Amino acid sequence: MSSIEIDTVSMHYTLPNGGSVHALDNVALDIRQGELVSILGPSGCGKTTLLNIVAGFLAPSGGAVRVDGQRVTGPGPDRGMVFQQGALFEWLSVERNVSFGPDMAGKKKSQTAARVAELLKVVGLTGFESKPVYQLSGGMQQRVALARCLANDPGVILMDEPLGALDALTREKMQGLVLRLWKETGKTIMLITHSVEEALLLGERLIIMAPRPGRIVKEYRLDFAEQALKQDPRKVKATQEFVRTREEVLSMIWSMEEAIMGHDAVTETASA
Amino acid sequence: MPEPEKPSRLAVWLGIADNSFTRQKTVKFGDASAVNSGRLYSILIVVILFAAWIIASAAGVVKPFYWPPIGAAIDRLQILMTDGFRNVSLWNHIGISVYRVLSGVFYGAVIGIPLGFAMGLSSLARGLFDPIVEFMRPIPPLALIPLIILWFGIGEFAKIFLLFLASLFIMTLAARSGVSNVRVSKVHAAYSLGASRLQILRHVILPNALPEIFTGLRTAMGVCWGTVVAAELVAADQGVGSMIMIAKNFLQTDTVVIGIVIIGIIGYSIELVMRWLERVLVPWRGKV
Repeated sequence: MSSIEIDTVSMHYTLPNGGSVHALDNVALDIRQGELVSILGPSGCGKTTLLNIVAGFLAPSGGAVRVDGQRVTGPGPDRGMVFQQGALFEWLSVERNVSFGPDMAGKKKSQTAARVAELLKVVGLTGFESKPVYQLSGGMQQRVALARCLANDPGVILMDEPLGALDALTREKMQGLVLRLWKETGKTIMLITHSVEEALLLGERLIIMAPRPGRIVKEYRLDFAEQALKQDPRKVKATQEFVRTREEVLSMIWSMEEAIMGHDAVTETASA
Repeated sequence: MPEPEKPSRLAVWLGIADNSFTRQKTVKFGDASAVNSGRLYSILIVVILFAAWIIASAAGVVKPFYWPPIGAAIDRLQILMTDGFRNVSLWNHIGISVYRVLSGVFYGAVIGIPLGFAMGLSSLARGLFDPIVEFMRPIPPLALIPLIILWFGIGEFAKIFLLFLASLFIMTLAARSGVSNVRVSKVHAAYSLGASRLQILRHVILPNALPEIFTGLRTAMGVCWGTVVAAELVAADQGVGSMIMIAKNFLQTDTVVIGIVIIGIIGYSIELVMRWLERVLVPWRGKV
């Protein structure tokens, strides 16, 4: 199990066309071991850039990220990733996707078979072992992605809108699964989402980011995840406390979006 | 509302009446899936063409110099199947042409796929080979025949070398595009699962590029089949192309026509085999 230390990270992101975006400005965040932190913000607030820096796919322009005190310089199996979609290997069966990490580490099939079967049971895919992944529904594919990530037993799991491409009903079910997996495995999870409900329900801590430049503007400590583990998550979502917080966060995000839209309209007229 | 009368099953099979799928649609013009097959007209046109051939043969209206009478064509086909053409059996003529295509595509793939991978993965390879590939790509392989004859003569090696060149650039570009089109999240996922660069090449980039490599193989087969026939027209004493060219010199129009039909059938069969292989070997194609 691991902790994440994001030490005043700044990022001037250079676009392929040479343009530059001030994506992150002195972002500081410590995530304790075993904590589930959700990060929310309007598009362009740099939340995915931040996740990519923690994952080691991008080098920050300033500051550093440390996982268990070790400075991150590149991707590694200590930080598992769950992407929105399309990151499964469609030429492999469900089983082979899940065992990809152990397979790459040179473990024998006989050593990993039991663990893979166990993980498939946890995510509810027993019986689908030899199915090709492209035959599964979107929700099932994300279950495979979760199991694939867990098979490597990383201390940290980084999720980049893992449920973003699913329909509303599947999404609700999957939120329950993510919570359960978090509780059972005790992993440190950093979750990027654009869904306010999801961020509130899953995050022990909710970080709200604002764009231009991307920065942390507000932080909540929440206990909806604890409640949702004990009772029906839908009941938690209907509580007064949840609805009130949701409206508060929503209006904050809305005003940010509006500020951007206004800003864009102004610059467009100015340049025209 | 009265139930509209159901068309007979025969009319549906013949493709001139709506089947139960197309019947429910109210908008048909512009919806390609609502156009019936018109199988009746396909059958009719084939029958009419053959009837015209039989009648014209019987009446003797078309000179055999331009188009063979049907009887003569059948006789000739029998002779070709039993005695062959110029001491070489028909199967040998077909076999040698197919062999040349398969060899050319094989060598083109063996060199082209690694070359395309290198071009997609390293700036050294991309820089080195990009001008050559981009320059060679628009040149029809047939335009290279004179130079290849000057260099290598008209032997077997020259022909296979020509087909190798014809498929090389197709395979290179297909492999390069397969590599470039890999979703970066797949590569990122593999790195995060602890894969090394070599493992990512073998277990992510290669399988991810297979569908495009297959498209390349299919295109290369088609182009090479066209090229081999043309190359044999220019210089060869065996092969389907040479058969029709030599037959022309002897004014054997029937052999020419049979040869053309065989070329069509083989070209189509190659396409069918490739499509089948594609379905079996890369079933995930287009399903992501």
